[in-house]
Amino acid sequence: MSVSTSPQPADVTPAPAPFLDVRDLRVHFPTEDGLVKSVDGVSFTLEKGRTLGIVGESGSGKSVTSLALLGLHKGTRAQVSGEIWLEGRELIALPEAGMRALRGRTVSMIFQDPLSALHPFFTVGSQIAEAYRVHHKVSKKEAKDRAVEMLKRVGIPQPERRVRDYPHQFSGGMRQRAMIAMSLVCDPALLIADEPTTALDVTVQAQILDLIRDLQEEFGSAVVIITHDLGVVSDIADDILVMYGGRRIEYGTTREVLKQPQHPYTWGLLQSMPHLGGDVGQRLNPIPGTPPSLINLPDGCSFHPRCAYKGWVTEGRCTAERPELRLVSGSERHLAACHLSDDAKQEIRGGAGPDDRDAAAARTAR
Amino acid sequence: MFRYLIRRLLAAAVIMLVITTITFFIFFALPSNPALLACGKTCSPSRLAEIKHSLGLDQSYLTQYWEFLKGLVVGRDYGDQSVRIHCGAPCLGISFQTDTPVLTTLLQDFPADLSLGLGAAVAFLILGVGLGTVAAVRRGRAADKAAVGLALFGVSVQIYFIGLLLLYLFVDKFQILPTSGYTPFTEDPAGWFQGLILPWSTLVIVYLAMYTRLTRSSMLEVFSEDYMRTARAKGLPAATVVLKHGLRAAITPIITIFGMDVGSLIGGSAVITESVFGINGIGKLAVDSVQNSDLPVILGTTLFAATFVVLANVVVDLVYGLVDPRVRLA
Repeated sequence: MSVSTSPQPADVTPAPAPFLDVRDLRVHFPTEDGLVKSVDGVSFTLEKGRTLGIVGESGSGKSVTSLALLGLHKGTRAQVSGEIWLEGRELIALPEAGMRALRGRTVSMIFQDPLSALHPFFTVGSQIAEAYRVHHKVSKKEAKDRAVEMLKRVGIPQPERRVRDYPHQFSGGMRQRAMIAMSLVCDPALLIADEPTTALDVTVQAQILDLIRDLQEEFGSAVVIITHDLGVVSDIADDILVMYGGRRIEYGTTREVLKQPQHPYTWGLLQSMPHLGGDVGQRLNPIPGTPPSLINLPDGCSFHPRCAYKGWVTEGRCTAERPELRLVSGSERHLAACHLSDDAKQEIRGGAGPDDRDAAAARTAR
Repeated sequence: MFRYLIRRLLAAAVIMLVITTITFFIFFALPSNPALLACGKTCSPSRLAEIKHSLGLDQSYLTQYWEFLKGLVVGRDYGDQSVRIHCGAPCLGISFQTDTPVLTTLLQDFPADLSLGLGAAVAFLILGVGLGTVAAVRRGRAADKAAVGLALFGVSVQIYFIGLLLLYLFVDKFQILPTSGYTPFTEDPAGWFQGLILPWSTLVIVYLAMYTRLTRSSMLEVFSEDYMRTARAKGLPAATVVLKHGLRAAITPIITIFGMDVGSLIGGSAVITESVFGINGIGKLAVDSVQNSDLPVILGTTLFAATFVVLANVVVDLVYGLVDPRVRLA
């Protein structure tokens, strides 16, 4: 709010504004059971040519965040507040007509399941051409040529022929390529990919990620990639934002978050992933329990019912007091929201497990 | 595509044969005496036997059925040496009342039903889909409630009530329209139109409800599809999203019902409307023939109506293939 209300003093040169600056974004849905706080105070920034990975379980608010970036909650019952600055323009206050001009052109999106996200009754070519014609005054023929060109660019063989096919005539990977072609047809400055590989075969996943990365280099766009798969973001993202229960719990560069994860939830995500180089017999450690209800978030740290390490913190703090996002010591912008002390984290990461709670208790007593 | 059409038509022919068989045996196996009815009030036993013979009623049911089927394909002759009535293929029999071939009567009355049914169907399809779309887009708001309420009113009132009300208002009280009825289009296009306005309106009011509700629910289902979100994410205007992407997908279940409604309306199912507005159509013919126990006409009208319903279904299947590319017509 401060940016829009207080005028900048003329003599101070402001720091260059980031390309995308999301501040305290909240998306709440009023329902009969109560207010669902799908996104509750999320902030992040992103520069052109960079990639942000938003990670979390189902229901953590990842997809709702991405739809807010496209302004797709406008005209629904969702209550959206906060600020989304894109190239110096604020999107939440923007009326639907203004937002529509940006959709598909400046901000575009790749959806999770290309089979259901493409219209079954229109040819792939006409759907791509349509996306182009909305924002460009060109003839049908020119738009069709553009569609063929885009299909070729995303690596679909025989694009001149395939452009007349319907989505159901494409394979899963090809369909996602077509979806990507459609979202890139207007050279968007910001591309949002909502679980772009989840519905695909593992063998195709890497191809699609490579494609997104190559196209990003070519177009210089900023990319937000939403996933529950840390493997995907470690490949492609510059920054990682971990969400839980609609809030940020850890945010930093990919290197920092993966090398020195600070939150037990992030540890859990990492431990529930198999490692290629690891022992075949080694068990995966899934995070116990289920994501919290977004209507009644647990008091204190919303992760505490599932957290194995709350015994390491002074009695009751995790259940009573919500941890603030704090800068991790020794880092410039690595943030995490956890009550655990640095020493405790070090000790836990150093090999001690949740079973060492007694030792921790003993230490606290001493 | 062509092979598919042939296959569908062959299947339709089989269905028609089954319907023919069932209808034939229901009507001719009933404990009634068609010869006695044809004979009239002054009837001698010898005359009765004569009529029985000339109608072929003295033969076994199976023989009669065979003769009937043969008549459908090659036509047949009725009567004896003195009075001969030729009934050309496809022969649906001879009316006991008028001694004319049933098909001739049917074809005479058919244009009235075609005009009434087709005209009303086009109107209630457009209005119903329109209202249903508005209701779906404005879900839960005033426009939605108004559309659904209007539709509910239409389905609750009876045809003879709404028909008579319209007649009273527009013909008697305000005298905006001439007395309703059917004038052949070829004779007087303006009169054809004026005479059918009220019958059309009556059918529209009655049928609108179903189409509004069907469109509304089908649309709401489509609205929750991922591809609708994609359409919005492309930056398409709301109207394009709803009318192009939404309606195209929502229309399929409506086509199914519409095909059957058109088929049966053309085939004479608008009986009450016909009789309220004094239109001599196939529905009225069927009712009259039931009152007179004119069995060949009852049989004829039934088969005629069935033919249109079956044909409408074939057309619906073909249209499906055009609307939904996933339906393979091979």
